Amino acid sequence: MKPTDTSNPDYFHKVVDCQWACPAHTDVPLYIRLIAQGKFGEAYLENRKSNVFPAILGRVCDRPCEPACRRGRVEEKPVAICRLKRVAADNRGDISEHLPKPPVAENGKKIALIGCGCASLAVANDLRPMGYSVTIFEALPATGGLMRTNIPRFRLPPEVLDEEIQTILDTGVDLKLNHPIESMKALLDSKEFDAVFVGTGAPRGKNLEIPGRYDSDRIHIGIEWLESVAFEHIETIGERVLIIGVGNTAMDCCRTSLRLGAKDVKVMARKPRGFFKASDWELEDAEEENVEILVNHSPKSFVIEDGKLTGMTFELMEYQVDDNGRIDRGTVVGETVIPCDDVILAIGQDNAFPWIERDIGIEFDQWDCPVVDEKTMMCGRDGVFFGGDAAFGPKNIIWAVAHGHEAAISIHRYCQGLDIEDRPPRGVTLSSQKMGMHEWSYSNYYEGAERRIMPHVDLKERFKNLDIEVELGFTAEQVAKEVERCLNCDIQTVFTDKLCIECDACLDVCPVDCLTITENGEEADLRTRLRAPAPNHEQALYVSGELPHTRRVMVKDEDLCVHCGLCAERCPTGAWDMQRSAIRLPYASDESESAATDTAA
Amino acid sequence: MSYIPKPKVTHPRAARNALGLTSRDYEGAVSTLCAGCGHDSVTAAIVQSVFELDVEPHKLAKMSGIGCSSKTPAYFVSQSHGFNSVHGRMPSVTTGAYAANADLMYIGVSGDGDSLSIGVGQFVHAIRRNLNMCYIIENNGVYGLTKGQFSASADIGSKPKKGLPNQQEPIDPVSTAISLGASYVARSFSGDKEQLVPLIKGALLHPGFALVDVISPCVTFNDHEGSTKSYEHTRQFYHHVTDIDYIPPAKEIVAEYDKGAVMPVELHDGSRILLRKVDDRYDPTSRAAAFKYLREHFNAGEITTGLLYFDEQRKEMHELMGNVEVPFAELPLDSLRPPSGELQNILSKYR
Ligand SMILES: Cc1cc2nc3c(=O)[nH]c(=O)nc-3n(C[C@H](O)[C@H](O)[C@H](O)COP(=O)(O)OP(=O)(O)OC[C@H]3O[C@@H](n4cnc5c(N)ncnc54)[C@H](O)[C@@H]3O)c2cc1C
Ligand SMILES: Cc1ncc(C[n+]2csc(CCOP(=O)(O)OP(=O)(O)O)c2C)c(N)n1
Ligand code: SF4
Ligand code: SF4
Ligand code: SF4
Ligand SMILES: [Mg+2]
Repeated sequence: MKPTDTSNPDYFHKVVDCQWACPAHTDVPLYIRLIAQGKFGEAYLENRKSNVFPAILGRVCDRPCEPACRRGRVEEKPVAICRLKRVAADNRGDISEHLPKPPVAENGKKIALIGCGCASLAVANDLRPMGYSVTIFEALPATGGLMRTNIPRFRLPPEVLDEEIQTILDTGVDLKLNHPIESMKALLDSKEFDAVFVGTGAPRGKNLEIPGRYDSDRIHIGIEWLESVAFEHIETIGERVLIIGVGNTAMDCCRTSLRLGAKDVKVMARKPRGFFKASDWELEDAEEENVEILVNHSPKSFVIEDGKLTGMTFELMEYQVDDNGRIDRGTVVGETVIPCDDVILAIGQDNAFPWIERDIGIEFDQWDCPVVDEKTMMCGRDGVFFGGDAAFGPKNIIWAVAHGHEAAISIHRYCQGLDIEDRPPRGVTLSSQKMGMHEWSYSNYYEGAERRIMPHVDLKERFKNLDIEVELGFTAEQVAKEVERCLNCDIQTVFTDKLCIECDACLDVCPVDCLTITENGEEADLRTRLRAPAPNHEQALYVSGELPHTRRVMVKDEDLCVHCGLCAERCPTGAWDMQRSAIRLPYASDESESAATDTAA
Repeated sequence: MSYIPKPKVTHPRAARNALGLTSRDYEGAVSTLCAGCGHDSVTAAIVQSVFELDVEPHKLAKMSGIGCSSKTPAYFVSQSHGFNSVHGRMPSVTTGAYAANADLMYIGVSGDGDSLSIGVGQFVHAIRRNLNMCYIIENNGVYGLTKGQFSASADIGSKPKKGLPNQQEPIDPVSTAISLGASYVARSFSGDKEQLVPLIKGALLHPGFALVDVISPCVTFNDHEGSTKSYEHTRQFYHHVTDIDYIPPAKEIVAEYDKGAVMPVELHDGSRILLRKVDDRYDPTSRAAAFKYLREHFNAGEITTGLLYFDEQRKEMHELMGNVEVPFAELPLDSLRPPSGELQNILSKYR
């Protein structure tokens, strides 16, 4: 193999699994260390830089970082990255002077953001302080999009939502509530705006067209029903509720039902466990509340007696799973009727753009989704950008934020007459963490503790009303342990081949056998010759140039390195060093005078 | 020297031996040696060897004297027996231990100072007795622990960090051992575990005195230019004359081999060593030939490594003395100690 090119910013970035997996590339290990040092405000701001809504995300992020976390490969569970974010937010103190401010001067450009969900808000967050005049049009009487209308208050308290949204609005955003955009053509024709961003989400809940669907008013569509609950249009539900579908929306529907008076809530899954769409933690939280999940039940029809919904008929399914873990379409092996008073359909969302004319240069694909460039977020019509669920279908908050940042860069370049394809590059800066003979700037000790368990409000208490936040947040003791579980994957092992005397000290001390000195070869061959099996091809091999004494190479399998720094500590010549990789991500503000708000890592 | 302990986290797919242990289970305390010391690599090779041999930790006794090398038994198999003796006295303490309990596997770790300077008298007599032990010399040409004075293994002309080059003849532990009739004599290098590990495994199983002389550079006092025991010098001048593969008892020898170049050596537990001659002129069963070869190559400045001499027929200490098979430590006191009447009988024979 050729020597690894560590000057490519992506190389070390990928080693920081959490940061790489995070759509907004939040510098997780950095903020965890700040929390460990009690610098909660700084930890909050570090988060805010990339993900804009730390307090919200610290409660409800989809956390793609956690399944990616290296800790989950060396032991059972990943670091509680998300809930540590909440710790930073809850304890941040007064940081108002570091939050974005209204611009000193307007730059004369006007931007329209359609929809006041997290995607549009992220764009406003980036562009308003630069001097753009930003107008948000929102159909509903409230801000926040699905974060307010669908994510239940027992997971995300409205005050938390309001505070972080207000920070952005306070920079001087022109917010127009109760203001649905009904014609894109009219908006564009008015020529009032230099650029338009569409952050209208994926607002249509999927329907289930089976017999009886329209014969009762007790059959609800999940996201509409949750919205009605959020706006207090619905305050009760029957005793026996069936939820159809087993994704995250289903989990919110079943738990909300329990708080509106349901006694017996069943989640009906068509497939077996392991094929559920809901995240494990959402399933756990629902099951803790005694929601029953029935597997292999495929909805067949609604049972309506005397115009009243009395139950649902399901086909009982059996499936074969092949060696690759793929499941077949199943065979019907029976039928059953399950009695109920209400049914909530939670089987997914679709995009819907009835208000965008099809002849104005905005292309739509076969699923009626707009055709949007993944890099620039612009559609076929110049000056119109998409982000969040509106761009590529339903995702989550952190993706919407990431889209928002990218769109902001594009909008800025577009408005300044620059090429939007030509994007500012990512960068990486390395800095040695050596403080003394055996001293590092980070805590390299390996904390063996297991993941801390989030304390919850008592099962009897929590159902009293919709507003009781179930998760209590980590205690100080839990925080102290959990932060130490982070392996500091951004503190990289950096190798200088010409210093190596091949004494084997690093190989011998490495607790997880990631290092090998051997003859060079092709990757597939090298992987078979390492000191420990290296079957995880998603993790790179770090290969050095030829070593001076024997012309062999040093090979590091990045997969399981716990960043303990012992290789560097045992190296007599300093060929190994522990260096922090700070990944520089471009933001729209980098190109303006207000770039100074960017705090250095 | 490292201040955090080696994390108790293991590769999730780490190999397990017949006892269900991983090699991590054979580790000891955190090393306090200098970073880069060859001795730490030898420790790692010992860990790997006993792990691969499925040694039960409580069946192992680690013996040592004084020196950086002699400290290393603290860094492997923490759940075994051990004795850290006076400088140079490890052989006699081991003789006593082995006399009392032949059931344990003995591994002695010594230095060139410990064995060839102060302890040379002890060293040669352990060989003569054919004490059943694996005797490792971590050979760096200096007294590392006392800050790098030349030891008896320093080569003529080898330069110290400061001061004048060595002028005295070195004692070569390998030729010394062969001349004294040691029954398993090997040399290797701390930076070559592929060679070292099978040699240690063979030495541990060999029934008799097994010497493994390991060039193990002192990174602090003897790793500079002009030193003949540095990493760089060793890498440049060392040659494998034989390579060995260790074949565990139940395993078939599958690889095809050329009868002339490969010698299978049967060990007492049914395992075998496959000795592959890298230089086919070398005869590791002839003392005279081995001695001659070693001398010639030494004179040419080469470091000859591999299994250099062996004799599986020689009797080890208990056999030579005709002792009972039950370890003395397990004999009841009355059969171990003659009754007082019997003592009178014996004494009367000498009157
Ligand atoms: C039940 C449920 C639970 C979820 N839980 C989580 C979770 O825990 N974590 C997570 O990360 N994600 C979760 N999600 C997904 C997440 O809420 C969305 O991915 C995210 O809100 C998308 O943000 P957005 O800004 O693209 O759109 P939205 O949040 O959908 O906001 C769009 C806004 O645009 C407005 N709008 C639409 N059309 C127009 C128009 N023509 N004119 C003006 N305004 C308009 C809408 O009223 C809305 O306010 C959940 C989704 C659901 C349905
Ligand atoms: C009886 C006695 N004499 C002298 C010493 C001082 N001393 C300690 S270690 C050592 C030499 C050790 O050299 P070596 O065995 O080569 O070990 P190394 O440190 O090089 O591994 C000496 C002379 C001592 N501890 N005890
Ligand atoms: S251990 Fe820490 S730095 Fe590494 S992936 Fe997990 S959270 Fe990120
Ligand atoms: S930091 Fe070095 S010693 Fe520690 S696990 Fe990574 S490679 Fe191994
Ligand atoms: S002084 Fe030399 S022998 Fe002793 S620990 Fe240091 S490097 Fe090793
Ligand atoms: Mg020495």
